[in-house]
Amino acid sequence: MSRISAETEVVRTKIWLETPQLDDPFSASKCYCYGYDVYGDLLHKASWTEYVFLMFSGEAPSPAQILLLDSLAVAIANPGIRDHSVRAAMNGGVGGSPNAACLIAALSVGAGGLGGAHEVAAAMELWTRCGADLNEWKKRIQTPHDRQPIDTWPPIEHVPGFNPHGVSCPKPLLETLHHLANCSPGEALPWLETNRANLEQITKCPLAMPGIAAAAFADLGFSSAQAEMLYLIMRLPGAAVHALEQQRLGWRKYPFFKNGLHLENDPGPFRINQDSL
Amino acid sequence: MTLGHFVSTKIPCDSVMKTPVALEQHEDNWKTSMGAWFPGDRVVFRGKDLLNELKDISWVGLLLFGITGRFFNEKQVRLFEGLWSLSASFPDPRLWNNRVAALAATARSTGNLAVSGAVAVSEARIYGRGADIRAIDFLLRTKSKIDAEEDLGEIIREELRERRVIPGYGRPITNKDERIVPVKRLAEELGFLHGTYVDLAFNIEQQLARGRWRMRMNIAALCAALAADQGLSRQEYYYISIPSFIAGILPCFIDSTQKPEGSFLPLRCQRVLYEGKLPRTWNNQQKLPVA
Repeated sequence: MSRISAETEVVRTKIWLETPQLDDPFSASKCYCYGYDVYGDLLHKASWTEYVFLMFSGEAPSPAQILLLDSLAVAIANPGIRDHSVRAAMNGGVGGSPNAACLIAALSVGAGGLGGAHEVAAAMELWTRCGADLNEWKKRIQTPHDRQPIDTWPPIEHVPGFNPHGVSCPKPLLETLHHLANCSPGEALPWLETNRANLEQITKCPLAMPGIAAAAFADLGFSSAQAEMLYLIMRLPGAAVHALEQQRLGWRKYPFFKNGLHLENDPGPFRINQDSL
Repeated sequence: MTLGHFVSTKIPCDSVMKTPVALEQHEDNWKTSMGAWFPGDRVVFRGKDLLNELKDISWVGLLLFGITGRFFNEKQVRLFEGLWSLSASFPDPRLWNNRVAALAATARSTGNLAVSGAVAVSEARIYGRGADIRAIDFLLRTKSKIDAEEDLGEIIREELRERRVIPGYGRPITNKDERIVPVKRLAEELGFLHGTYVDLAFNIEQQLARGRWRMRMNIAALCAALAADQGLSRQEYYYISIPSFIAGILPCFIDSTQKPEGSFLPLRCQRVLYEGKLPRTWNNQQKLPVA
């Protein structure tokens, strides 16, 4: 018997609809995502990428959108074993932390303003403000924002989307940009490929993956918040597998940076003052 | 959110276009004055021998020293402990961060993961760390403006024009904050109730009442004022507050572990109010070949 009344608090959603089983009000008999029957229809027809696009956009993707999102997913699925977020996950692995903790570590680090999801969101804001106007990019980059909003995020210390430590744009990034620009249904990626050198001259830093990802998310029609979430999710596979690998190898085979720390104010071994005894 | 706002780089980009000098300089070379572990021998904590010189310090005292590099006296440490106990330790699993811990327990996750998740979401805009940092920031900015002889009423009007809220005033769910009186009592007992920032916080409340803005001071403003009176900066106050909810989070987790799995405030299908598209059929898209 239903216990729903006018006073019952509900969860509101435009994404998810469930109809209950006849014998169990807590189990769903049908689940719909944006109107599509997930298990009766989508499961048989849609790929994982299509379903993810649907969840974020509310509509089925076009073939060009699927190709772009799929390609971006491959490009960022493993940020590489030296990436900060992957290193965080591996620290979980070597110490024998729960697998979820390894991913939490990767998310915490990979959320950041250098190479992380926060940088992607910030770079997307640049796309929103500057679009395909090189002069606007120049203006925005050379005169950063006048006032910092007050929140817990540390300020981003470089132009979002560009690598402050880079010497030149590495080959894997050039290959990624070229491929994504070729398959993009939007204007941001092709414009970025055409204007990369100009932008790098203005920023004096080479393009970085968050900059390419931001352009891709802009071409897919996502907001900066959606891009931030997707970037976090899509980079987790690499963090997961590297954490699992280091879990198997163990801490003895993992760098401790034995000679890497230099204490600037070492008081030396503690000596008890004999007079005070 | 800090989007599209970036500050001038700390690393001179001109030089890094030629060589990754900042990275090369730091390879196996992390210089620090925060501390180090000397395996099997000793631990240095901000220039002090942890196992000897700091052996009698309380945990909160050590936390404050670790964050600020300054030592706080017994009354100040008692103040911060008291603020956490009175203002941030509600073992009510309906509260959003606590609910994460209760859900983790009902889903039979671990206590550590539960606390990690609950502490992570405590960095919220409308409560917790987001509210804390905005509250202390507003007080510090207001104090500077008053020192520059600006009028408090005008400062408040300008803040409302720019941000539409006064950080630390007004409260979601209820306007009255039951924590104000006990925290005032604690501050009075310890001799901290009449500091510059606490006085300012109450002056702002009076000004808001006179201006008929119907916003009363909430605990974020009072705690921020007490912290500012102890000399904490915005960042220091943010850091010290990070563990503050844990005393309330863990009881919610434990309670839920002691009840049948999956039983924490379950939702039946009908509790989901769908306001979206009508049922439709998926048409397979023609996939493009990978370029």
